[in-house]
Amino acid sequence: MYATDYVKAADVADAAAKLAAADDGKLLAGGQTLLPTLKQRLASPDKLIDLAGCGLSSISKSGDAIKIGAMTCHADVANHKDVAAANPGLASLAGGIGDRQVRNCGTIGGSVANNDPAACYPAAVLALGGTIHTSKRDIAAEDFFVGMFETALDEDEIITAVTLPTPQKSAYIKFPNPASRYAMVGVFVAQFADGVRVAVTGAGEDGVFRASDIEAALTAKFDAASLDGMTMSEDGLMGDIHASPAYRAHLIVEMARRAVAAC
Amino acid sequence: MPEGIAEGIGASVRRKEDRKFITGRGRYTDDINRAGQLHAFFVRSDVAHAKIKSVDIKKAAAMDGVAAVYTGQDIADDGVGGLICGWVVPNRDGSATHEPPHPILAKDKVRYVGDHVAMVVADSLATAQAAAELVNVTYETLPAVVDLASAATAAEIHDGMANNTYFDWELGDEAATADAFSKAKHVVSATLRNNRLIPNAVEPRAAVAEYDHIADSYVLHSTTQNPHLLRLVICAFVLNIPESKMQIVAPDVGGGFGSKIYLYAEEACCTWAAKKLRRPIKWTADRTQAFLSDAHGRDHINKVQMALDDNNKIIGLRVDTLANLGGYLSAFAVVTPTYLHGTLLSGCYAIPAIYTNVKGMATTTAPVDAYRGAGRPEATFLLERMMNIAAAEIGMDPAEFRRINFIPKDAFPYQTAVALQYDIGDYEAPLDRALEMIDYKGFESRRAEAAKRGKYRGIGLSSYIEACGIAPSAVVGALGGRVGLYESAVVRVDPTGTVSVFTGAHSHGQGHDTTFAQIVADKLGIPLANVEIVHGDTNRIPFGMGTYGSRSLAVGGTAISKAVDKVIEKGKIIAAHMLEAADSDMEFKDGKFAVAGTDKEKSFGEIALSAYVPHNFPHDRLEPGLEETAFYDPLNFTYPSGTHIAEVEIDPATGVVTLVDWACCDDFGNLINPMIVEGQVHGGIAQGVGQALLENAHYDENGQLLTASYMDYCMPRADNFPSLQVDYTVTACTHNDLGVKGCGEAGAIASPPALINAVVDALSPLGVTDMTMPASPEKVWRAIQNAQTKAAE
Amino acid sequence: MPTVSMKVNGQSVSHDVADNTLLVTFLRETLGLTGTHIGCDTSQCGACVIHVNGASVKSCTMLAAQANGADVTTIEGIANGDELHPMQQAFHENHGLQCGFCTPGMIMSAIELVETNKNLSEQDIREGLEGNICRCTGYHNIVKSVQDAAQKMGG
Repeated sequence: MYATDYVKAADVADAAAKLAAADDGKLLAGGQTLLPTLKQRLASPDKLIDLAGCGLSSISKSGDAIKIGAMTCHADVANHKDVAAANPGLASLAGGIGDRQVRNCGTIGGSVANNDPAACYPAAVLALGGTIHTSKRDIAAEDFFVGMFETALDEDEIITAVTLPTPQKSAYIKFPNPASRYAMVGVFVAQFADGVRVAVTGAGEDGVFRASDIEAALTAKFDAASLDGMTMSEDGLMGDIHASPAYRAHLIVEMARRAVAAC
Repeated sequence: MPEGIAEGIGASVRRKEDRKFITGRGRYTDDINRAGQLHAFFVRSDVAHAKIKSVDIKKAAAMDGVAAVYTGQDIADDGVGGLICGWVVPNRDGSATHEPPHPILAKDKVRYVGDHVAMVVADSLATAQAAAELVNVTYETLPAVVDLASAATAAEIHDGMANNTYFDWELGDEAATADAFSKAKHVVSATLRNNRLIPNAVEPRAAVAEYDHIADSYVLHSTTQNPHLLRLVICAFVLNIPESKMQIVAPDVGGGFGSKIYLYAEEACCTWAAKKLRRPIKWTADRTQAFLSDAHGRDHINKVQMALDDNNKIIGLRVDTLANLGGYLSAFAVVTPTYLHGTLLSGCYAIPAIYTNVKGMATTTAPVDAYRGAGRPEATFLLERMMNIAAAEIGMDPAEFRRINFIPKDAFPYQTAVALQYDIGDYEAPLDRALEMIDYKGFESRRAEAAKRGKYRGIGLSSYIEACGIAPSAVVGALGGRVGLYESAVVRVDPTGTVSVFTGAHSHGQGHDTTFAQIVADKLGIPLANVEIVHGDTNRIPFGMGTYGSRSLAVGGTAISKAVDKVIEKGKIIAAHMLEAADSDMEFKDGKFAVAGTDKEKSFGEIALSAYVPHNFPHDRLEPGLEETAFYDPLNFTYPSGTHIAEVEIDPATGVVTLVDWACCDDFGNLINPMIVEGQVHGGIAQGVGQALLENAHYDENGQLLTASYMDYCMPRADNFPSLQVDYTVTACTHNDLGVKGCGEAGAIASPPALINAVVDALSPLGVTDMTMPASPEKVWRAIQNAQTKAAE
Repeated sequence: MPTVSMKVNGQSVSHDVADNTLLVTFLRETLGLTGTHIGCDTSQCGACVIHVNGASVKSCTMLAAQANGADVTTIEGIANGDELHPMQQAFHENHGLQCGFCTPGMIMSAIELVETNKNLSEQDIREGLEGNICRCTGYHNIVKSVQDAAQKMGG
């Protein structure tokens, strides 16, 4: 790892100030992606600003949504009884990220901000039509995920929390990459009164996306059988040594079917 | 546990070595630090194949904290030798194996991504790594050679080595085999690929080299499986150091699986530079370096033909193998696909005519060498796949087809058509037991039940044999081996009757501290706690050949047994003198030397004391002291065998193969510690399942290793396995004192074909007849899709 | 260099280390606690698992500075004097280790798994050890060890 300065921010404003003052500062949330990146000398920030002391770890249920502080770790989301009751898809998603040790450190804010195309959380945030709260503004999920590892965040902007509307039903099914166990395809299905929303991670060349054909079919009838015979286009899907675009296209429909069955 | 063997031979004694590991007090090479030590980091080639135009070290050498930067030129200028090949074979035309130079730092050319180009030594690892980034290497890129099938016609990798072929070897009677095929009723053909693996011991390789300029001597701590062989090679062939001036210590070593047998460039460079700089030098691989530069395993393409007669008996086998050996010949790269492969092609079967041709090919990939099983898994895979392919073609149950072709148990010793003479075996017994364990008869109802759940269920067998406990030195020498394969043991009895055993075998997980101590405690009738096993240090052990090839117990254990016998014989003479009896009247039993038929006796402790306090001692016949050395060179290989059976379920919607049951019955001869043996079987199966289902080393067309981390190289994890059923039958080895055969590699040898046979069986109702390894989800899903498309047409 | 202070195996420690020092490096190099191992670069092998404030974490994926003020337990700190922790004892009794390199991380993961989950099934244990790679044992005896320890730990 290259030399760097570590500082612990006192609160969000302090973190923002420190970030603004740095030449090439990086926010340190759970560190489960950032630290391996630094260890492999793939980045060399002059400053690491730790958000652990900013009071951003919390889960609160208000009316028809759950608000999760940016520094809440995956294990806390997975084990929170309000989350499990209101949004079982979200709880199971958080409980399936990485391994136990990653879940004890990794955070929702870090995951969403990084927008790794194989990360799980972006699927939930997009499928649930969540809102990303930042040090500057609120950003709708639709506007937030811009492309692979790209988001709408400004360079000096810090995620503080994510609000996720409570659906009538939800489920997330991941087909893990056998080696890394990241999502090779992950599908989040959320049924709301006004329709079904389906987001796919692990498969898109531009990162997470909504599967509109699947949404339409499921909105018409929320039943796994609604997806019988459906095929996804492989355009825009990733191909690598683990899975071709065609296989990923197939898995998207299959994981969606399983998610509906799990709802 | 039966009374009387609570600690002795046959008891599942809990391991003596465990406590340090479970409390975090193990001492591995990377745990060692020396005052004033420097850290090494290697500049590695990032291109697969290129001429080195220049290596500019100026900026790196000028960096604060950098002690030195060395290049291949420095190594060459100092007259340092290259890495050597420990075993060569003759070519079919009588010429010798082509052995191109393998410098420890590349000078003119690089031949794989990860090849060592320069060594940076600095006061911290971070500085060494940062300086390494400043070394500027200019390459003239040459075409990468990655595809094994076309390697012969690709760009020349070594000057003057035609067709990128290191050797072109044959074994068996080609004419007799051709004759068998001309008489065959059925001929079964297949092309079978053995995928490339990366060993991945969880402890990465490491070295700490020290030089004492007053004594002009060296100490090298290394993660090696065989310290003495390492000493011999580094002293005699690479650095030209007297062996007496070099101490090699292998402290606790975190797994080897073959990959830590060989001397590697990094250890040699650190040792060389330790003298240059007169400072200790430490190097530890990170996982990425391990992926790039540890010797890889397997990687064969086999064209196989099997001839059957009217009675479905195999009458001939022909195998043409291309073995990918990578950019350089690693130490045992040549023997692995030849004498450890071709000689196994008879398997458990009476096959009168066999011919095999193996071409060892160069590619611009990492060197390939022995990996758990070394040649025998590759041979077993092709043979046991052929057994199932043939059984399917003739419409016979695969268990029955094996059974009618087994060498009958009354036919031993059995001379195969490929050089080996099996001493003993009974192949039906473990087959029957394994079939019973998995409820083979009930399988079709399980298949039907799975089908109701929408799953394809399959069952697959593999009846393997392996030649291990390698081996008689004379045979090895006659076949081109450049080493002996005996083992040594010193049994030192202390005056108080405790015993230290110095063995040339090396334990890196196999539990020698316990198993070897059991042999000694059992034979001497003393408590296990009184026996200490010492290994892994060339200054403490006479000479040893290390641990690989499932040889430690059969060869090293037998050496210990023989040294103990010598101790007992000497003890008898001492006791006879003290008891005023004839030597021939002395018996040794339960830790006591007794005059037969009387109550006159001396305890083992009394004799030990007498040997060192020789007041009443047969000085006219013996020297004082009680310490004996034995070197044991076996008469033959040992031949473990058995049957493994896998049961899988396949999800047709995703292609995911789930291993749902595993039953195996092995014949390892006598068992010293069944608990440890079972652990070896489990581990071997897991590595074989890894090969068959999960693992694959993948180079792209430019020779870049795409699977260079655990993000892309799929390591087996706990949730990839069911509970494993393990049992044994016993035919004792006829030619060693303990009747043991070895167990370390069996699981890895037996399991891949069992699993692939199960996958193919599951898909056989769809018309699928083959599946390459690893049976990854997409591959299986596509096989199902293609079969369904074909069926629809 | 800034000072990092924490409690490690019940003892307060305080050292000046560079900001980019990983917690595993701090434990191994600064404190000499070499029972915690490094087996990969990508946070997957789990040889480095320790407990930070009671939670299992990969110490190769945390800066020493992040653990400032924390209560850290390593493999060296779980036995009670000469009395082994039930998980250590179970690994010994059930031959849950061979080369021993993955063992410290495996034991630390397994302790947290058992402490936070009552009534673990075999499958729960297999999935719960997803973050720890062992190349020797085929996991069979590790799973048996954890089952055994779970009973003794009152699971």
